[in-house]
Amino acid sequence: MPSKAEETVLERADRRPAAAGEAAISVRGLVKSFGSVRAVDGVDLEVRAGTVLGLLGPNGAGKTTTVRMLTTLLKPDAGEIRVAGLDAVGDAARLRERIGLAGQYAAVDENLTGAENLTMVGRLYGMTRAQAKRRAGELLERFSLTEAAKRPARGYSGGMRRRLDLAAALVARPPVLFLDEPTTGLDPRSRLSLWETIEGLVADGTTVLLTTQYLDEADRLADKIAVIDRGRVIADGTSDELKDRVGGERLEVTLDDPEQAGAAVEALADLSDERPFVESGVVKLTVRERRGAIVDAVERLKAVGVGVDDLGLRRPTLDDVFLTLTGHAAESDDEQNGEQR
Amino acid sequence: MRRLVTDTLVIAERNLVRLPRSPDLLLAFTVQPVMFVLLFVYVFGGAISTPGYDYVDFLIPGIIVQNIAFGGFVTALGLSEDLNKGLIDRFRSLPMARPAVLAGRTAADVVTNVLSVVVLLVTGLIIGFSFHASVGEVVLGFLLLLLFGYAFSWIFALLGLLVSSPEAANSLGFIAVFPLTFISSAFVPVDSMPSALQWFADVNPFTIVVDAMRSLWLGAPAGNSVWGGFAWALAIIAVFAPLAVARYRSAAGRA
Repeated sequence: MPSKAEETVLERADRRPAAAGEAAISVRGLVKSFGSVRAVDGVDLEVRAGTVLGLLGPNGAGKTTTVRMLTTLLKPDAGEIRVAGLDAVGDAARLRERIGLAGQYAAVDENLTGAENLTMVGRLYGMTRAQAKRRAGELLERFSLTEAAKRPARGYSGGMRRRLDLAAALVARPPVLFLDEPTTGLDPRSRLSLWETIEGLVADGTTVLLTTQYLDEADRLADKIAVIDRGRVIADGTSDELKDRVGGERLEVTLDDPEQAGAAVEALADLSDERPFVESGVVKLTVRERRGAIVDAVERLKAVGVGVDDLGLRRPTLDDVFLTLTGHAAESDDEQNGEQR
Repeated sequence: MRRLVTDTLVIAERNLVRLPRSPDLLLAFTVQPVMFVLLFVYVFGGAISTPGYDYVDFLIPGIIVQNIAFGGFVTALGLSEDLNKGLIDRFRSLPMARPAVLAGRTAADVVTNVLSVVVLLVTGLIIGFSFHASVGEVVLGFLLLLLFGYAFSWIFALLGLLVSSPEAANSLGFIAVFPLTFISSAFVPVDSMPSALQWFADVNPFTIVVDAMRSLWLGAPAGNSVWGGFAWALAIIAVFAPLAVARYRSAAGRA
């Protein structure tokens, strides 16, 4: 005979995944000020059920403040938030049953073991001790933490802590998951394994909103990206749409002799609307017309006697997008985490 | 309401299972107070005149009250740490009863307070302390102690949520509570102090509670101190528990 708490948990599990296409997160005109600073200044977001929205922006852009409002940790000054069909202000208590949050800093109790951490969270979701223990066991298994389950989290590596933190966010099988900079500070291998885990969750139907300052992370995980800067969404769309907005393909020419860069810039200037520029010995330009660009460039360089070591066309990256949209690089004001990347 | 009780118990359990794993904390609860008792009795004891009482008898109720007031320190340190590490954010994102994180902390303090009272009392009995009271009075004294300690846990809970780091909680709490316990009847008779301090010591809740303990355990004249002690403890809870819970509701992680 299942207890009442178990019924709620089971019922919640059954309801997932939500019908595809309906909005799992919908935000209108969100505003939050701290003193005279408008940290979030009129943000609109829409995330369809079962998809991933990447909230991309530099430190201090308003990403974390937005997530804090969406997860009921912070009351908005203005605007409307609906998550999993519930109002984040009026229905905050019920909403908390349907979301999982993994923050920027792995929020685990270092004095408790991995198993104890997850069991505690399960019980705080209203499970009985037995249910919470069973669920903890499943999650530890899934996140390859079974071996470390009985050790205090104090001794865990950074990657293990993040996995435990993410597992804690998944205890109640939430249909909507918020990940605030999930891989900041992780080594490349842990990062990749966390990405794979997130992809697995999405495949199971979970809706994810993740913030990141890493363009490759947004590129890989997000179905749609909202670029946020100074509290505003300055662009949104799929990764490809954003790249198209920045314009044409980039031609990059590595010269045999870097001394000839000046001559190369002159020779290639006609291929682009903007003047080519030189970056660490590589001449770069956005070509006006993709077709024939490579042959044309080689001939022009040959005509003026400039030797070419390497030459290629590439699509603009999200880095280019970010630079073009905001006028500053994605990680320019990143103090804490830049070196860890 | 049922949620509040179970969530509070879950949090209390969380704070208690860690104890055996933190030898330094356990040491703070046991060895440190014993050290103070021995220092006071054998270093100062000979120089302090306490008419009508052996210094051991005079000191034990006082030092136990001081010690139990500091028992809540763990709450201030723990909450401050939880805030900095993002754990408070996690708790606040869970569908749990709002006051449970604080109520669980302060409830766990009661358990550790029992532990340190027992350690102190046993030390006292070994070096010559004795009760001059009925069993009922001794038990009432225990209850007053635990209630007063619980009240201070709520003060420390608010402190832990207000300051920016565990270190700040540590030094602020120490600066605020330490003089309060010394300018009282805990260690010396109040009439041995300068008159300005006497005035303060007389209204100091520590004096009231210490006097209440001496009346309950040693049969000293009580005056209003016994019900005064309970009234102070309840008043502190009535003021600081709602303040701390309100602060918790809006607490922002500093991470």
